[in-house]
Amino acid sequence: MDWRRFAIIALIIVVMFGTVVLIGTSQNSPLVIITSMMATTIAVATPLTLGALSGIYCERAGVVNIGIEGMMLGAAFFGWLAAIYMNTIFHYPAMPSLIVGVIAAIITGGLFALLHAVLSITFKVDQIIGGTVINILAAGITGFLNRQLFFGAGSVFHGQIPNAPGVLPTIHIPLLADIPTVGRIFEQQPIAISAILLVIITHFVLFRTRWGLRTRAVGEHPRAADTVGINVIRMRYMNVIIGGFLAGLGGAYFTLEAISSFEANMTNGRGFIALAAMIFGNWTPFGAWTAALVFGAAQALQINLQFFRELIPPQLAVLQNSYVVGLAPYLLTMLILTGIIGKTIPPAADGKVYEK
Amino acid sequence: MTANDIVLEANEITKHFPGVLANDHVSIDLRKGEIHALLGENGAGKTTLMNILYGLYKPDSGQVVLNGKSIVIHSPKDSIEAGIGMVHQHFMLIPAFSVAENIMLGDETTHAGVLDIKAVSQRVRELSHQYGLEVDPDAKVGQLSVGAQQRVEIVKTLYRNANIIILDEPTAVLTPQETEDLFRIMRQLTARGVSIIFITHKLKEVLAVADRITVMRAGRVAGTVKPKETNEPKLASMMVGREVILTVQKQPARPKDEVLRVEDLRVLDDRDLEVIRGVSFDVRSGEIFGIAGVQGNGQTQLAEALTGLRPMKNGKVIMAGKDVSGKPPRPIIETGLAHIPEDRQRHGLVLSYSVADNMVLCNYYLEPFARGGVLQQEKVDENARRLIRDFDVRTPSPYVPTSKLSGGNQQKVIVARELSRPVKLLIASQPTRGLDVGSIEYIHKEIVAMRDRGVGVLLISAELDEIMALSDRIAVMYQGQIMDVVKANEATKESLGLLMAGIKSSETAEAAAPRP
Ligand SMILES: Nc1ncnc2c1ncn2[C@@H]1O[C@H](COP(=O)(O)OP(=O)(O)OP(=O)(O)O)[C@@H](O)[C@H]1O
Ligand SMILES: [Mg+2]
Repeated sequence: MDWRRFAIIALIIVVMFGTVVLIGTSQNSPLVIITSMMATTIAVATPLTLGALSGIYCERAGVVNIGIEGMMLGAAFFGWLAAIYMNTIFHYPAMPSLIVGVIAAIITGGLFALLHAVLSITFKVDQIIGGTVINILAAGITGFLNRQLFFGAGSVFHGQIPNAPGVLPTIHIPLLADIPTVGRIFEQQPIAISAILLVIITHFVLFRTRWGLRTRAVGEHPRAADTVGINVIRMRYMNVIIGGFLAGLGGAYFTLEAISSFEANMTNGRGFIALAAMIFGNWTPFGAWTAALVFGAAQALQINLQFFRELIPPQLAVLQNSYVVGLAPYLLTMLILTGIIGKTIPPAADGKVYEK
Repeated sequence: MTANDIVLEANEITKHFPGVLANDHVSIDLRKGEIHALLGENGAGKTTLMNILYGLYKPDSGQVVLNGKSIVIHSPKDSIEAGIGMVHQHFMLIPAFSVAENIMLGDETTHAGVLDIKAVSQRVRELSHQYGLEVDPDAKVGQLSVGAQQRVEIVKTLYRNANIIILDEPTAVLTPQETEDLFRIMRQLTARGVSIIFITHKLKEVLAVADRITVMRAGRVAGTVKPKETNEPKLASMMVGREVILTVQKQPARPKDEVLRVEDLRVLDDRDLEVIRGVSFDVRSGEIFGIAGVQGNGQTQLAEALTGLRPMKNGKVIMAGKDVSGKPPRPIIETGLAHIPEDRQRHGLVLSYSVADNMVLCNYYLEPFARGGVLQQEKVDENARRLIRDFDVRTPSPYVPTSKLSGGNQQKVIVARELSRPVKLLIASQPTRGLDVGSIEYIHKEIVAMRDRGVGVLLISAELDEIMALSDRIAVMYQGQIMDVVKANEATKESLGLLMAGIKSSETAEAAAPRP
């Protein structure tokens, strides 16, 4: 994405923030509103960014992955379950339990991805079907186990949802977080920080390293990659699994960082929005991140408009309608991203089975 | 020669594909420092054999012997390690990558884990200089002409220091000058002890560079000969199994109405440089208008602009009396255009579609192939069967995906489709690229027959011989402009050669004529 487009998107985010600042100015200082909106933006963008990065690894290697939603849901559940087991059954303190939870979530994502790889690479099942299988499977397993373990008669926890070990603590980024008011932006939880670091790392891996070059080659023209001695199947497997790990981390966000509980289908389509962010971002990490931030900002707009509902001037009465406001993030994101990003080009062999 | 001189040997190799016996107990050997040419009809099994040596296919039976030791090549990784390099018939390049990225892929240079593009570009420039192969390491491959892509492929093999090099029809897309350069490079390499297997359909080339020639026919070796012991007609009949008439026979043209008029056409290339700079000409029905020129002088973009594949910046294109300037391909085709594109895999075929479906790609939605929006499968099949027979397309059935056909047979699918439709104008870019002599003979006859039926033909070819043999009038393109239009019977290779180098005939006439 060139800088001109980046500037337009930044401008739109400023306008969204500005609107809220104008409306809420009688109640809160602009700085407070802006920092709180920014915090919301980053928080909302976190699972989307991780989901999009997951998709980037898969699709850059030529495997379409619409199962990210399911991978995140599964990871959210099993990560949470692991943390609870550690905490309530084995009586570990909160912090180690949470860490084990995150690891379990990442592994869950990896295992779902392995399933996707086996189906779509080895057995050459249509990749959309492979992804759908994962989505259905994850919804089924987590819903079932959630009921059986926590609510059913004779369940392990006897209908008592245990006090989970809480959520991952906020990390103060030294110096930056000490700035008054705005410093709040630099107080983030670990998964949110990792997501941003992973954007940078993924960009580096994809465009600067041997691994990245080979990954892209396999997704653009697998036969050409094969003729220079690259193991196409292996590259695809590895990248799909790496993608799974990232989706797993994204899943951990829901139950170990945002809140400390699990609900059936709690990812609520975020995996699909992550895929949209990947596409809008033209399969690049920074592009996808930008798209995730746009969605996050639109979400922040929605939350704040509801918060300041009373203060909305009568000329803008539509904004008091909660349906209109609820749709806003989706509509805005679509409009902004289709209008500004324009045409995107997927990897040439994306979704195609490689046959010798 | 002792047996020790043999560096690579294929021993009784057999390979089946569904419905085809592609290699039938094929044995061939390659000696150190020799150029071994491999000839054979389209579909004879040359590429299959090479892919087996390179590890892309596994043979059903037979052995590969490297330096006297029987080896098993599981994948290209093994063959690369064994020092075998291959330039594939269809480029194995990634259009979205730069030249340097394509060349280093699989053999990357890194510096502290980071790709060292600079070092690779440097090495590419050195190789390019050393062998006189012009390549720009920073260019995007997708924006290069086929000739330039071919040079990238050659540099790619040189980069890996292979000591056995397989060249599968490298000259099909090269200009005569580039071919000469390639031969020079090949000799340079063999002098250093590199051994080369060289596949081509051009008999002249074989006689010029090969040390030995092996001819394949229908999956078997028909024989191995020395260039001294043979000649073009003999090789042709060895390949095809019958005598081939190597010259085109035609009557003088009787041109009638104008079917194509191009006025002051200007076209940009992918880098926004003007590569067609004010071209005007006309083609009449019943004539073959040839465009000669060294490849890369705008011929590609000219054909793309005329067929609606590339926007034009300025000018007018009138086809069969209709102004089609700036129109998309379908309305242009519907005015009565047939088009044989330069890049068969990119613009000519849907590789994953069957032969039969590819044969109705321009008119599947019209009667008789569709009725009320429903495809009439029998009609499609019938059409395919007829074309397969008439154009001698070697395919196990009309239903196999075209990707499974040999390169030459893919080309025949396009030619058959385009030459069989009732049209007013044919734009043919390199129509016989990659075809064997027998097929070229047939297709040349068909093009002349089309002309005699009153079709106007715009023939774009880098083969000067082809242009001279078929055309009635010849335009020479140089740097996006037409240098001159000459009558074919007045043109000589020399005069065209000068025009192709950008020297106007008046200048030459002046220079040549003694001053009064
Ligand atoms: N992957 C494949 N699957 C099925 N059939 C194949 C495949 N590759 C080649 N064939 C068949 O094997 C035969 C030999 O093909 P091959 O490509 O070796 O011919 P060739 O001699 O290289 O011809 P050309 O001069 O046209 O390139 C053909 O009949 C072709 O249809
Ligand atoms: Mg071939």
